[in-house]
Order: sequence, then structure tokens, then C-alpha cells
Amino acid sequence: MATSDRAADPTVPEPAAEPDALATDLGLTSQEYQRIVATCGRTPSTAELGTYSVMWSEHCSYKTSKIHLRRLPSRGPQVLVGPGENAGVVDVGDGLAVAFKIESHNHPSFVEPIQGAATGVGGIIRDILTMGARPIALLDPLRFGEPGDPVTTRVASGVVRGIGRYGNAIGVPTVGGEVDVDPCYAGNPLVNVLCVGVVARDGIQYAKAERVGDVAVLIGQRTGRDGIGGASVLASATFDDNADDEAGQAKRPNVQVGDPFAGKLLIEACLELYARQLVSGIQDMGAAGIACSTAEMASAAGLGMRVDLDRVPLREPSMESWEILCSESQERMLALVQPDRLDDVLAVCRRWGVDATPIGEVTDGDRLVFTRGGAVVHDAPAASIADEGPTYDRPREPWVHPHAHEHPDADEPAPVDPIADWLALLDHPRAADPTPIAEQYDSAVGSSTIAGPGGDAAVLRLPGADGTPGVTLRGVAVATDGNGRRCSLDPAEGARQVVAEAARNVACTGARPLAATNNLNFGDPTRPPVMDAFATAVDGLGQACEALDTPITGGNVSFYNATGGTDIHPTPVVGVLGPLADVTAAVPAAFQRVGDAIVLLGASTRPGLAGSLWLWHVRGRLAGRLPAIDLAAEVALQRLLGDLADERLLASAHDVADGGLAVALAESALRGHRGAEVTPEPDLAAHQWLFSEAPTRVVASVAPDDLAAVEAAAAAAGVPLTHLGAVTEAQQVRVTGVGALDLAAARQRWQSGTARLLDGP
Amino acid sequence: MSRRVGVVQFPGSCDERDALHALALVGAEPELLWHAEAELRGVDAVVVPGGFTYGDYLRAGALARFAPIMGAVAQFAAEGGPVLGICNGFQVLCEARLLPGALTENVTLRFVHRAVDVRVEATNPWSAGLVPGATLTVPIKHGEGRYVHPDPQGLADAGQVWLRYADDNPNGSVADIAGVTNAAGNVAGLMPHPEHAVDPLLGGTDGRGLLAAAAPAPAAH
Amino acid sequence: MVRVAIDVLLKDEILDPQGQAIERALPQLGFEDVREVRVGKHVELTLPAGDDLAERVEAMADQLLANPVIESFTYRVLDEDHDRAR
Repeated sequence: MATSDRAADPTVPEPAAEPDALATDLGLTSQEYQRIVATCGRTPSTAELGTYSVMWSEHCSYKTSKIHLRRLPSRGPQVLVGPGENAGVVDVGDGLAVAFKIESHNHPSFVEPIQGAATGVGGIIRDILTMGARPIALLDPLRFGEPGDPVTTRVASGVVRGIGRYGNAIGVPTVGGEVDVDPCYAGNPLVNVLCVGVVARDGIQYAKAERVGDVAVLIGQRTGRDGIGGASVLASATFDDNADDEAGQAKRPNVQVGDPFAGKLLIEACLELYARQLVSGIQDMGAAGIACSTAEMASAAGLGMRVDLDRVPLREPSMESWEILCSESQERMLALVQPDRLDDVLAVCRRWGVDATPIGEVTDGDRLVFTRGGAVVHDAPAASIADEGPTYDRPREPWVHPHAHEHPDADEPAPVDPIADWLALLDHPRAADPTPIAEQYDSAVGSSTIAGPGGDAAVLRLPGADGTPGVTLRGVAVATDGNGRRCSLDPAEGARQVVAEAARNVACTGARPLAATNNLNFGDPTRPPVMDAFATAVDGLGQACEALDTPITGGNVSFYNATGGTDIHPTPVVGVLGPLADVTAAVPAAFQRVGDAIVLLGASTRPGLAGSLWLWHVRGRLAGRLPAIDLAAEVALQRLLGDLADERLLASAHDVADGGLAVALAESALRGHRGAEVTPEPDLAAHQWLFSEAPTRVVASVAPDDLAAVEAAAAAAGVPLTHLGAVTEAQQVRVTGVGALDLAAARQRWQSGTARLLDGP
Repeated sequence: MSRRVGVVQFPGSCDERDALHALALVGAEPELLWHAEAELRGVDAVVVPGGFTYGDYLRAGALARFAPIMGAVAQFAAEGGPVLGICNGFQVLCEARLLPGALTENVTLRFVHRAVDVRVEATNPWSAGLVPGATLTVPIKHGEGRYVHPDPQGLADAGQVWLRYADDNPNGSVADIAGVTNAAGNVAGLMPHPEHAVDPLLGGTDGRGLLAAAAPAPAAH
Repeated sequence: MVRVAIDVLLKDEILDPQGQAIERALPQLGFEDVREVRVGKHVELTLPAGDDLAERVEAMADQLLANPVIESFTYRVLDEDHDRAR
């Protein structure tokens, strides 16, 4: 708190000492500062500048992305809660709803991989918890630099350890995700975390004040100096790991430390508060802590709030008011409680060993007032902080990849030994067996994981809203997908294909894709081409989600992912969720029985080496024009997959994506411990047939007795079906006219890729 | 007649619902017992489930033994009542000196979750229906599962080693020990999670054989 | 009041994989011939002084801070002027 000798009016916040300089230090532009002055009608206090700067940061306010995100489809009869709340909630039937959202913790995970990743997990879990839902699953899409680099080894092994440490101890299973590596992520890894929760349809909670006089109760950990300015600074500016870089050094201590044990108690305490209907509104405290949660809950209701900062339990008593307001100490929630229920709330928290402290109340009017030592230190309209921040339409210049106009389908020479290339693809972390990562996660707790890491999508049997497993056969499938290299060649087409692939992964299990969440990882938006890539990717996402009827119910934008002036690939990551009426009908990705027919469902294979894993990993080239996806055909394929699964006509189904049919066939064979004998489609070079990544294809296996029914269903749906061959006993995948992939050799390569990423060379 | 089985819930327990679910599947009447209560409400058997009691920050299981309920568990054990500690529950029972030895960090220094084969070495109330030599596939998931004991041979000679890892020792446990009992045999601990191997949809049913003391009547399977 | 530091180490006969990992890493950084690395826990606490200080510290270490089955402990009284942030 700025101190002064002059007698001040204790009802008016004392002006900050050097407000202009402070505003600049806090990352506010001079226009933003002038707007704050105009809103307050006086020189703002230090606490007010702290609050505005954090809440108007890119991370909290979406000021750069907002005008574009509005174009995304977010409505539908299935959507119970859309963007704007802490997480989207969709109706999955039987009175149950599912909350889900993806979020990133990219920058902190580079600064301190274990804690950065751990707090990312904790943060998204609390978002789901805030909706009234019991968190039941986590998925982690991760992006690192190339294996072998010591920095990448440190970051990748640390991130995986951090995710495990938090997720395992908090008792929420980690059931999936995906990994990719590329040099562009070496200094700026991507750590995205998706959480799924289950809630009774009528038990959804909202981050909104309900009535004047309700008591604001701070629940959870004491407030410390964790992550002061973390959200605004770390996630709203580029960051370099340069030891000589003063800014980098200064940002280091800002990483928060998570305590999964405290998080676990907070989950159980909050769920009991919900079950007993003791809270009227609740908000988690992540970025911008008390400032954010109070401003948002008051603004959402058009009310005000008055909080006495002297009542906030502190870890460090010397904290200044703005530090208390902006602290990002983890494992805290703010609940609004009717005064006559306060004692019950405090008793529930006490039972769980969770601190709970009344710190303020909901007030008439629109002011967000904080006091300390009897004096008002902050008095500003809540809406001006939470909802009326600046928005920017930043300048754009076309994003043009330097090699996007090339034609690798025509000019890239065919391999002499395609089997060697096939083997090489299998140890790329994108295609490799994720077991070395997955083994570090508890994917089983909750007794609901029907299909965990490694399949096309995770399949969860839904527990009851109280967490009891096994009460229904109803389930959900969830998958994440992202492909920075393809989006770098063509952000719009790449984004369409990312959505299609995530939804196809869900459809392969037999589930019906229902809704989506997105994490938009991009570079520095003040660079016009990055802004253009962002805007066009948003358009692509919107088109695909519209076509697939998977509205985007929430998500996150992460800008400023760059190292030394070089931006990461545009990397929109999409999570898609779909319900399954009966989890016993879920379709695995692995071949099941010798003698089953292998068919290709969806588009027949066409040239598609542009942006393919083969072209990149084997030939070291990122180039070409992506083959355009036919979204109508994609919809037809995904519907067919659901219909065939309902009739239990598919023994296995596996999406054809990175590494093309070669990788898809190998994965189904390796996972099923079965071989295959297949004949390529005609009129296509062998390496095109093996490695093309043309979209809208699924490799399925079908019992001979069911084949006629599958053919008939495909014909009726207008989905092409191509006979490829059969599942065999032999431990090889033999391709007529090309040769055979020995599964023992393949398994060795497949199992080494992920280990190399974590352990180094 | 079905047996009433208490599942102790500590702050930081994670697998208590899984245990309740599994115990119900094997025919028991399971109920939660709260750590802060000092009595077992007359249950016929007690399960201390997996998780991270009190965060496991000092040592896994170190703080749970001071909970009021543990006095009642110790007394129940002394009177011959069947007690099973699974994973963190095994750690808790070792820390409480109800079981010999200790569990410490995996040699790999990593948390590990995978299905392992364990061989039944001795029978006790929890493995009553199994024949020594039988091999079961049950998942493990832990970061501190390396069993340590100064005299593993003596322990085995006394019939207190009831489970060993069959071929894949995932954590560096001495003599491949996956589970031990007290001298009387009524208190048993194991690192594998039988409650996660009771449902064919969720990876097999071999775990049911390790929950015999919860099954009704003399174990029918 | 007096400040006491308690160090808890795995007993010599118990394998210490953390210590081994450090021992393997040090030569890669050029620190040759480093041996017998052991990793343990360092606990500092302030408690009332008194004749039975040793007894109390040993009891708390024995009952909680260390598991005597696998760990041993040592302790020392810190000079009050000592830098506690160490």
C-alpha cells in the first residue's frame, strides 16, 4: 500500500504515487490507462491499477481474440452452458450433464515444468468443479521440441511428472491426450489440459451473485505472493529463457506452486456444499485471484461487492493490497452464501480440513469495493473490470507459409525402401506408443475408464453425479487433436481437419460427437500474419464445428507463444466429446480376430503428402497444399460409424491420420497383436497409398459374417467402402506389391519414440 | 450372509469409491468409515484404500496412522479381524506397524501404472479361495511401492509373504514382494489394486480372488 | 526458543535411487570421482528450549519425521543467528 503523510479521506482510494509509470510497468497502454482514469473519475489507486491491469490482460480479457471468437458456433439444444462460464456443459441424457473445457499452461511449464504443468491441471479441474461437476477425467495434449535436445528432455519429462503428480494425487484419472514434437516448440512447449466432469442436469452451479447481503466466503489455501501478475505477464507477452534477460529473470518467481492434496479436499468440500445446496454462487480463483472472482460474480449479476482485505488469511502478512487482490495462489474458491447458511458452510469446510473465511458481501449498486485497515483501497464498477475491458481488432496480413505453394505429391521422389520409412515413422512421438507417458498417470481411479490412453478416444463410463461408478451403461468418448505443421501450411484448412479428426476419433469408438472445446495456441498477435492465421483458423474451426454439429462450448486462447522472435506453428487444439448409449458397445482401435475383413471406410485414398508426417519426419520437408476436406462426406462417415457401432458390426475402427494408412494399420496390428494382409488401392504410388494423409478415412475390421451388413449400411449412407484385406495370424503387415512390415521390429521402434522424448538419447 | 466391510476414508483417499464398488461386486455390504471417528461401527472387515493420505508429503502413509480411526483399526486387527491395505493403505498399515517393513520410492523414481502378474505365495482371509502358485493379473499404480524389509527370507518362512511380482518387478521391491501379512495373517497389505480388477469392462476380474474376506460365506470362487 | 535442524536419510543398507541418479549425473558435468551420494530430508523447526530438548527432538523424529524401518536421523541445534533460508 502506498503510504502518505497527508490526511486522506478513508472512503476514497488514495491515488497511486506515480500512476503513469506504474500503469506502463503493469502492461497497460496509455489509452487503456486513460480509460481507467475516466471510469474512476480520478487518479486510480495502486490496487485499482493492479486489478485493471490483470483483468484487462490478454489472458483474462481475450481483448485480441474476442471479436474473432464471436464467430464460433456455440449454441445447440445439447448445450446447457456455453462460453462465458468457467466451462461448457452439455446434456448427455438420463438427467446427467457433462462439463468440459480445455486450457493451457504453456509459459509456466517452460519456466518450471513440474509445477507449471501441475498447476495447469489444478486450474482446469477447479473450472470444472466450479460448474458443480465432479471432475472425472483429464486429457493432455502436449507439444515439445525434438527428442534428444537436453532442454526438451528436461521440459518433457518434467511436464509429464507434473501432470502425474497433480492428477494422480487429486484422484482424477488422466485418460488420454496426444503428443507431437517440432523444433518450433523447443523453447515454448504447449501444455494443454482438458478436464471432464459429471453433474446432475439440475445441479449446475453458476459464477454469479444472486442477492444482496450474501456473504463472500474464501475457501481453500491461504493467499501468498504466488504468481503475482502471472496470468497477465507470463501469458500475455513473449518469453525467452535467456539467463541474461532481465525480464526472464524477473518473471521466474511468478510460477505458482500447486498442492494436489489441498485441491482434493477442495473438491470434496465443494461437492458436499453443492449436494446440500449451501452456496448460491461460486467461482474458482485462478488468474487474478480475488480481483477476478469478485469482479466476475458481481458483474454477472449487475451487483456490487464489498470485501475487507484484512480478513483474507495471508501466508505473508506483509502483502500489499494489490498483491492480495492479484495473487494467484492455487486451490482457492470464492463462494457466495446466504447468511443463514454460513454456519453450515463453515462446518462442511471444517470437516474436510479446508479453511473457509467470510471476507465480504454482495452489495447493491455496481461497485467493487475493497478495504484495508479501515480505508477504501479500491472502488470501481465491477462490470468495467470484468466485462468492459478494451477489445482490439489487430491488423492482419496474410499468413503465407513459404513452402505452401509447392507440390510434394508431384515432385517428391518415391522411397526406395518404403518399409524402412514405415518403421521410421513409428518411432516419431506423434505415432509412437505413448506408454512411457501413460504409465506415469493413474488412468484407472474412479473405475470408469473403459478405454484409456492410446486409443482413438478415451471412453468413460459415466459415474453418478455423486461419483459412484457403475450405475449406468451410458458413457462418453473424448478426444483431443491438433496439428501445428498442417495448420502452418494452411491455418483454415488445417483447423477444419483438426476438428474433423478429433470428432472422427470420437466417432471411431461408436460415440456421436456432440460438442467441442478449443485451445488456440498462437504466436505474437501483434505480428499481423499471426493475427491473420488466428482469424482464419477460427473461421476454419467454426465451419467444421458447424458442419459436424459440435458447437464450441468454451476454451482458451494462448497468444505470445514464440521464442526469440519466432512464433510457434499456429496450433489450435480441439477437444471433442460425444455420448455413448452403451459403453459395452464401444469399438476398440485394435484388430481383434484373425480372419476379420479389413476395410477402408470414407473417402478412398488420394494423394496427400502435403504436410504429412512422412514428408516431415522422413524427408525433412514441410510443404504443400493440404487436400481439402469434404465436410459433408466427413459427417456421413461419422454418422455411419455410430450406426455400425450401435449394431455391433465393427470389430475395430481406427482413424487414418498422421503417417497415413501405414501408421493406422501398424497401430491396429500392434495393439491387437495380430497381423494383416492388405492390397493397396489401384492407381496410386505405393508410398502415396501408405503415407498420404488425405482426410476422412477410417480403417475398420469386420467379422466375415457382418461384412454384408456393413457394406449395405455404407452404401445406404453414401459412404465409400474399400476392401483392403484381412486380419492374419502372422506377425507382420503384408502389403501386396510392397513388402511386409515385421511386427517385432515395428514394435521395437514404436515403443522407443516416447521413451526417447522423456529420457533423452 | 453378506459381510459388512468398512472402507476407511482419510483426507486424500482417492480409491475409496472404487473399493466400495468392488466390494459390492464381490457380494459385500460396504460402507465408508470416516478417519476422524474412533470406531468401526461393528463391521466384519476393514479395507484401507489407495490414494494420497494427507498428501503423502512426509512419507506415504506417515500421517494417517495418527487418525482417530486407526486406534480402532489396530484393536480390530489385534482381535483377529480381517484388515486389507491396498497401495496407500498398505503404506499406512506399515507406518502404523500393523504390518512389517516399509514402502519407499520406486527405483525408477517414477510413478508407474500398469497391469502386472502377481503370484500367490500364501493364503490368508483375503486370498482364501486361491491356491499358492496361482498367477493373477492386477494393476499397480504408485510412486512409492518398493517394499523394504531386512529379512525377506525370514518373512517368507513365517508365511507372511502372500504375493510376489511374477516376472516384472515394477518398483525394485526386495525379493519381488508385492504383499505381506502380519504374523497372525489377518492383516494383509498389497501394492496391486484388486479393486481395479473386478470388472471385465475395466481390465479383468482377477482382483476378486484377493477380496475373499469380503465375500459372503466361505469364498465360493 | 531454539531452532533445531533434523536431517533424515535412508539407512545405508537401503537403496537410494535419487542418490544414485545424482551420482550418475555428476560426472557428466565434469565432477569426477564423487561417491556415496545420499539424498534425504532436511527439517527445521523452532521449539521451547529445555533440558529434555534432546529427548523431545528424538521422540518426534522417531515417531514421525523418520521411519526407523528404513531411515535414520541426525539433528543439531542451530545458532539463532544462523541464516534460516539455507
